[in-house]
Amino acid sequence: MSGVIGTSVKRREDATLIVGEGKYSDDFTLPGMTHAVIVRSPYGHAHINSIDISEASKHPGVVAVFTGKDVAASDIGGVVPTGWLLPDIKTPDHPILAIDTVRYAGDGVAVVVAEDRFAARDAAEKVEVDYEPLDAVTDVLAAVAEGAPQLFEEAPGNISFDWDLGDADATAAAFDRATHTAEVDLRNNRLIPHAIEPRSCLASFDTTTGELTARLTTQNPHLHRLLMSLASINLPEHKMRIIAPEVGGGFGSKIHHYPDEAIACFCAMQTGRPVKWTATRSETNLTDAHGRDHASHAEIALDENGKILGLRVETHAAMGAYLSTFAPAVPTYLYGTLLSGQYDIPAIHVRTLGVFTNTAPVDAYRGAGRPEATFVVERLIDLAADATGLSPVEIRRRNFVPADQFPYQTAVALAYDSGNYDSAMDRALELSGYDELRAEQARRREAGDSKLIGIGISSFIEACGLAPSQVVGALGAQAGLYESGKVRVHPTGSVTVYTGSSAHGQGHETTFAQVVADRLSIDVDQVEVVHGDTGEIPFGMGTYGSRSAAVGGSAISTALDKVVAKARKIAAHLLEASEDDVVFEGNAFHVRGVPSKTQAWGDVVLQAYLAHNLPEGIEPGLEETSFYNPENFTYPFGTHVCVVEIDSETGAVELQRYIAVDDVGNVINPMIVEGQVHGGLAQGIGQALWENAVYSDDGQLLSGTMLDYAVPRAHNLPFFETDRTVTPCPHNPLGVKGVGEAGSIASPATVTNAVVDALAPYGVKHLDMPLTPEKIWRAIHRNGG
Amino acid sequence: MGHQVRIEVNGTVYDREVDPRTLLVHFLREELALTGTNVGCETSLCGSCTVLVDGKAVKSCTQLAVQADGASITTIEGLAKGGELHPLQGAFREEHGLQCGFCTPGMILTAVDLLDSNPSPSAEEIREGLKGNVCRCTGYHNIVKAVQRAAEEDPS
Repeated sequence: MSGVIGTSVKRREDATLIVGEGKYSDDFTLPGMTHAVIVRSPYGHAHINSIDISEASKHPGVVAVFTGKDVAASDIGGVVPTGWLLPDIKTPDHPILAIDTVRYAGDGVAVVVAEDRFAARDAAEKVEVDYEPLDAVTDVLAAVAEGAPQLFEEAPGNISFDWDLGDADATAAAFDRATHTAEVDLRNNRLIPHAIEPRSCLASFDTTTGELTARLTTQNPHLHRLLMSLASINLPEHKMRIIAPEVGGGFGSKIHHYPDEAIACFCAMQTGRPVKWTATRSETNLTDAHGRDHASHAEIALDENGKILGLRVETHAAMGAYLSTFAPAVPTYLYGTLLSGQYDIPAIHVRTLGVFTNTAPVDAYRGAGRPEATFVVERLIDLAADATGLSPVEIRRRNFVPADQFPYQTAVALAYDSGNYDSAMDRALELSGYDELRAEQARRREAGDSKLIGIGISSFIEACGLAPSQVVGALGAQAGLYESGKVRVHPTGSVTVYTGSSAHGQGHETTFAQVVADRLSIDVDQVEVVHGDTGEIPFGMGTYGSRSAAVGGSAISTALDKVVAKARKIAAHLLEASEDDVVFEGNAFHVRGVPSKTQAWGDVVLQAYLAHNLPEGIEPGLEETSFYNPENFTYPFGTHVCVVEIDSETGAVELQRYIAVDDVGNVINPMIVEGQVHGGLAQGIGQALWENAVYSDDGQLLSGTMLDYAVPRAHNLPFFETDRTVTPCPHNPLGVKGVGEAGSIASPATVTNAVVDALAPYGVKHLDMPLTPEKIWRAIHRNGG
Repeated sequence: MGHQVRIEVNGTVYDREVDPRTLLVHFLREELALTGTNVGCETSLCGSCTVLVDGKAVKSCTQLAVQADGASITTIEGLAKGGELHPLQGAFREEHGLQCGFCTPGMILTAVDLLDSNPSPSAEEIREGLKGNVCRCTGYHNIVKAVQRAAEEDPS
């Protein structure tokens, strides 16, 4: 149906999910299926003297027990590779089961395969590992200190890479001539993704054909197949089928290729039996790639008018014990490149050191680098407001890239495609009743009210729609970041679409059907969307980085172009008209200027399959595939405002209001877009106020359960107040920018700015997240309150 | 050795022998193949495994199957009656109260119990009532709206 883009079509995904018929990886059972349990290191750093599997092997129901040496003795490769390389990067091997040394609590050392999950769990406890504990280091700055325990010989000082971007000299010169400067040392707290569905893999191996099938919790089945094929299990891709059934959330954590899925596949290949491995929540917390964990020193230089002259950042970014799939890209090209924010900044320099620590690996988590960059920029701009005496609104406005200056080339490599930053700011201020809020704050301050009000603003930018393949290739990506879309029109005119995007809650089956229905003027119900299966999809890079609509949707759109072009040729032939005179409109082909001459879509499609009367040179059938390679990143933006109330006697923060004005370009389904914003906000607010992954110095994860790691719950959050401005993306066919991460990128800074704003009367300039009552109380009472 | 249990699930009575350590959630998922009930944390903290035991919301990862002997259980598969969705199921769809859907069965069944004891709750009461169930996708905004909608539609 033409015009269906931009409407809140209810999700077709929901029909099965609300009645419990959605099938996630762990819901599948195969004949002869066994269960695997992975034995994990309880130490953050230790040498493995020996592993005795004899008792475990004798346990009733045990089918097999394997150690890292068994993997090494096989010819499967047995390592987890890194998918992004940087100059001089150190990439130590990451075996799927540790052989000599474990480097974080949770590192796998052995796997038990048994007839049922209980036997496997019981037997796993009988695997005797003789560890010799080694000194560990878990803090990113402690890891680079003199004399710190070393994780890898080939990475002296625990440094994996030392990367920089921008013009150091020009930036130094900007600081030399600055009237005002501000600086801050800040931490970006380590997060655990907490997709509610734990990771899982059900692998089966057909010993007669040599084919492996794995149902697994993945955001990118083809990428998992590629990485496993190349390095982990050495099976050619045509002999591997990776299926993502329903996937229960990801937020980045199911992008990455982990050892565990490869171990399950290895076990299936070795035993010839189907093997299911499903993580416990403790395992997911120990081993899912964590997010963030930066320590940064950041400075900003301004002239006498509050115009930014330069920005300089040095960041130590934890990589954890091994380099995860995209880990090196996150604190570099997804972070340093975003340090211009929404601002016109002539000189920027950023240096990032990637640091090994005895912790779970760190990789992309919702926002991936961009929340960290936004946090740096939006904290600095508030500090700059303080230094210059300008209001947080005024200093932002003075420095916004003006709406008439797009495309805008930043000092850190990116060329912003389109934007109108003032208009999003205007709307956010209006929606929040900003002036009223400031007046209320002034009243309370005057009255000495113990309930402090804080108002925070964050004007953020993100780079989404990852990404132009040739650009990311030049920057170190070991993959292209295009997407595939295949449109198969059936003889009766209905359509099946195959997309390389791999939804896990985003609603692609609905939104992509809208794209097709809109273009072909057919009913949404005439379109089926297939995703998440390497056996059905030509190729795919998957769903992350807010890329699915912008890249996956564009691939479908360009495949539709080809479909319509071919159908037009056939229609022109049937209409005995010149192809140039034939237009496709309202589900039919018309001859321009001759309203009576039409061919209905369905008739043309049928003719394509009958092939009784096709134009010369046209093959029968109607099916087209497109690989869409984006020209540029997309640049969603927005301004968020939040209001907190702090009880100065307890330090408790109440998030009273959260106003989000986002510009994500054109919108396919407003209901789904708003839902994405909500979810991102909850995660970003969670980071700001409650969430924190804490390790003890010797490598124990102290916040390993949901009791210790505070995932936001319903009573912690208010209703969100959302709105949008629309500045279409100029370089993709749908004009969309992407929305998956906006909430989590903007909100940590918004909330922190609000809390710091509330505490301004106490001389507080900065606090690190999470902003716990204790931290706030101490800040208030630092000088006796 | 196994224990004999008789448990009614979604209107059907099952007589089964279970290992004493079998959790109710594993009994439902593995013995009865009712995989709509999900396991998110095995520690009562996320609520994905919530089912109704004699009408009350219970986290089935922290109850043994033998404890449910003689009980009547409703899982998400048994909530719709005669092909008619329960008002909460319909409301979750209408209000976009789910994304990945993994927490949804537990969230809906918790809300059933909530509305049973408080048919017209305030938004705050809904949020309090759902705080034992974690959703990582929706930020709860549309879940709360869905429960409000169901309460308005089905004032019984």
